[in-house]
Amino acid sequence: MRPSAAVRGTLRALALAATLTSPAFAADPIKIGSVVSATGPAAFLGDPEARTLKLYVDALNKKGGLLGRPVELVLYDDGGDANKARTFATRLIEDDKVVAMAGGTSTGSTMAMIPVFEEAKVPFVSFAGGIEIVEPVRAFVFKTPHTDKTACQKIFEDMKARGFTKIGMISGTDGFGKSMRGQCLKVVGDYGITILADESYGAADSDTTPQLNKIKNTPGIQAVLNPGFGQGPAIVTRNYAQLGITVPLYQSHGVASKSFITLAGPAAEGVRLPAPALLVADKLAAGDRQKPVVAAYKDSYEAATAQPISTFGGYAFDGIQLVVQAIEKAKSADPQKIRDALEATKDYVGVTGIYTMSPTDHLGLGTESFRMLQIKNGDWVLETPGQ
Amino acid sequence: MLATILRARFTPLLALAVLMAVIPLVAPSAFYLRVAALVWIFALAALGLTILMGYAGQVSLGHAGFLGLGAYGVAIGPAHLGLSPVLSLFLSAAAAGLIAYVVGRPILRLRGYYLAIATLGFGMILALVFNSETAITGGPDGMQVARLTVFGWRISGTQNWYWVAAGALLIGAWIALNLVASPTGRALRALHDSEVAASAVGVDVSRKKLAAFVIGAVYAAFAGGLLAAMNGLITPEAAGFMHSIELVAMVIIGGMGSVIGAVVGAAFLVVLPQALTAFQDYEQALLGLLIMVFMILLPGGIVPTARKWLLERLS
Amino acid sequence: MAEVMAEFLQLAFSGLTVGAVYALVALGFTLIYNASDVINFAQGDFVMIGGMGTVFLTAAGIALPLAALIAIIGTVIVGLLLHRFAIQPARGASPVALIMITIGASIFIKGVAQVVFDKQFHSLPAFSGDTPIAIGGATILPQSLWVVGGALVLVVALYMFLEHTLLGKAVLATAANRLAARLVGINVTIVLALAFGVSAAIGAVAGVLVTPITLTRYDLGTLFALKGFAAAMVGGMGNPMGAVVGGLLIGLMEAFGAGYISSTYKDAVAFIAILVVLFFMPRGLFGGRSVERV
Repeated sequence: MRPSAAVRGTLRALALAATLTSPAFAADPIKIGSVVSATGPAAFLGDPEARTLKLYVDALNKKGGLLGRPVELVLYDDGGDANKARTFATRLIEDDKVVAMAGGTSTGSTMAMIPVFEEAKVPFVSFAGGIEIVEPVRAFVFKTPHTDKTACQKIFEDMKARGFTKIGMISGTDGFGKSMRGQCLKVVGDYGITILADESYGAADSDTTPQLNKIKNTPGIQAVLNPGFGQGPAIVTRNYAQLGITVPLYQSHGVASKSFITLAGPAAEGVRLPAPALLVADKLAAGDRQKPVVAAYKDSYEAATAQPISTFGGYAFDGIQLVVQAIEKAKSADPQKIRDALEATKDYVGVTGIYTMSPTDHLGLGTESFRMLQIKNGDWVLETPGQ
Repeated sequence: MLATILRARFTPLLALAVLMAVIPLVAPSAFYLRVAALVWIFALAALGLTILMGYAGQVSLGHAGFLGLGAYGVAIGPAHLGLSPVLSLFLSAAAAGLIAYVVGRPILRLRGYYLAIATLGFGMILALVFNSETAITGGPDGMQVARLTVFGWRISGTQNWYWVAAGALLIGAWIALNLVASPTGRALRALHDSEVAASAVGVDVSRKKLAAFVIGAVYAAFAGGLLAAMNGLITPEAAGFMHSIELVAMVIIGGMGSVIGAVVGAAFLVVLPQALTAFQDYEQALLGLLIMVFMILLPGGIVPTARKWLLERLS
Repeated sequence: MAEVMAEFLQLAFSGLTVGAVYALVALGFTLIYNASDVINFAQGDFVMIGGMGTVFLTAAGIALPLAALIAIIGTVIVGLLLHRFAIQPARGASPVALIMITIGASIFIKGVAQVVFDKQFHSLPAFSGDTPIAIGGATILPQSLWVVGGALVLVVALYMFLEHTLLGKAVLATAANRLAARLVGINVTIVLALAFGVSAAIGAVAGVLVTPITLTRYDLGTLFALKGFAAAMVGGMGNPMGAVVGGLLIGLMEAFGAGYISSTYKDAVAFIAILVVLFFMPRGLFGGRSVERV
């Protein structure tokens, strides 16, 4: 049964009225896709990422969108499951027809999604840490977080400058901790440092004193490094103080927000870590190029969510911002042109660091984008490395 | 007429084959084919579990562990042992069956919760091994899987995988239907109704339970192998506790002991997160609620209940 | 020699603290299992609700003791609701069905908790400060004493309740023979509800006590449930004394295993214990009730 001419006429009139009354839909929206782990075991990373993306795109559309078109964020939650991530990636490409993707909370889910975007020739900016995402370089895959390797280098530089040559390590068995442990083991020799004790703890371990006690009883250890994220580093830091271990404790950039200081309490005093400028927005020098960017992100995020900013949200901010800048620069929403513009990213000042990409470097951050921080009186303090 | 069709032994198989043939004709994009392929693969795993739960009356709370064994077998065989991926698929399914036999034998002599408890512990240990042995399994970030090659044909692309998965499920369902009709199947059913009665009429209860457990493990491992090969990557959470629960939920929601039930249950849980993208925050609560509601209000599951209702209406 | 002793003591302290938590979860399992034959996988979520509830109430400005009390009462209500709407309607269902119902309940509680609370980690201030107490070269946190002491008080209180009150005896009678209990005039429904309520309270108290040490998050319950369950199993399902010993044993094995052997498979200890017990001592260390029940 075909609709009568009258019905069709009415429908057409309604459709016309709809387009006329809502200027936001005057043009086709530019669709940007994202898959993050907003629920599940990695939710404490994915949740701030999802919130950041929504905030950013809302703000962008209020300012008039992109190339005169509204931006539509197609956001899916993989629940921390790589298989689901892959299905959502397929959906973004086949069904939603996004022109670019900014997402991927964990290295595992990122690796599961990469083939989908490589095959479809759609650019994919990942928020995950693993170095294998951009090494070897894949034409359409980029990422925003520092690699674990840079974090290890930054920490070892500091240890070397302070004259430490024998250290202990205790790492989480989650993706972050394991990956960083592997990278640290690879580069540690370059700094003349040897790891005398190498312990680990489970992702939900509630007590690490047995492991730390072993490190404490290993003679000659001058410092301890704890690669890990989530609640692990907070528990390690507390147990460290409980056992009265006096050598310096280093945490990593996985300790990503002020909530670490709250969770670890007074035990966090004196802990050192490499972190992006994001964490010390208010303490950056007046002339620091990242200062305005970081402050703006911090203010808008904390006002909207009432939660402290985390570096993980910052990775998402830089990821979507890089895509948006690439679209502006390319003056086109064509995936291939966005990719080319992304690769040509030069001197982009983000909250994580200052990015300069190239055909051989799809991350574009060096060790200088890390700041060495120390926790003093319950707050971050910028350190001069080696002192 | 309709009642006769509903009762016929191979009706489920035919219905499934027709459904498999129709989906590619109406699917708007390759995304829908991927979802369907996932349904076939998870249905295969659920099918093995439904034999254990629906016929032997036992539950495995670590079934994803067997799925993980198959998946990692397909990944490790080519990467570390130089075996062909297809051979690895069959070898790891066989290995899963053997492990199930060794683990199940002492436990299945006990009654009640004990298999559930043992499988729970066993599944957790397997997931921990996959996560910890980074040198072999790639650790928490997972492991790349080589492409499957059958007679020189490299299986790739969503469409091809759709047909591979569909074929595997059809064969699995055919075997299951034959098994159910065999003397072993009848013995298993007797066992589900009453272990005492079954043993009184001469059924070797623990051997039949063990058989069902081994079959369930082989089905799950095969499904895991296909999943890993299709995705080209496997991560440890595929073997995790939540995944085991999802597999059991598929069987319960679809209907224990029903071949079509396994497919319906798998479809339910695979499609659910795709349908609820707007309510992502509530997905977990909804899954828990559904499991409870089905167990309390519809303990038979969707398919057997619907079938019974239809048969009653028709007669 | 002194160093060896100090290390041993340190590991023992760690094992006892963590073990006391497992013991409390196992105790909750045992109580419900005794009264109703249900293995309640939502037991760990009671611990979470107790901890998270207290965290959010104190954040809202309520004093810690009052916040803890409200959180415990709230958890008891959740336990009673669980019994009324999930367990009671499924009366007569198979053990498998009952397991799945409580697993469903556990997933549901976590799903609601991540919306009602949030997805981040939280902590509570330690009740008596963070200054470690040194004993024999090893150190223990004052909060650990709270946990171990709290566990002790709860175990004794539960024992007194079961053995020396009429209501407690009704629980034991129902556990022993539900039909006979009904015949002598015990209201079985109320007894079962009571078991769920008390178990929830035990879980919630554990949650309040351990949160300053272990931190808490909406999905913390799963691991506690699995480890506590292993403890109940090792001790012999259904035996309250066994639950406590099983919990302490698993805590100690984890600590000594990680300290003397390797920390890689620390989380596997509990599950290996389950398998070993099932293979060699299916009734657990303390017998428990007969396995061959039909």
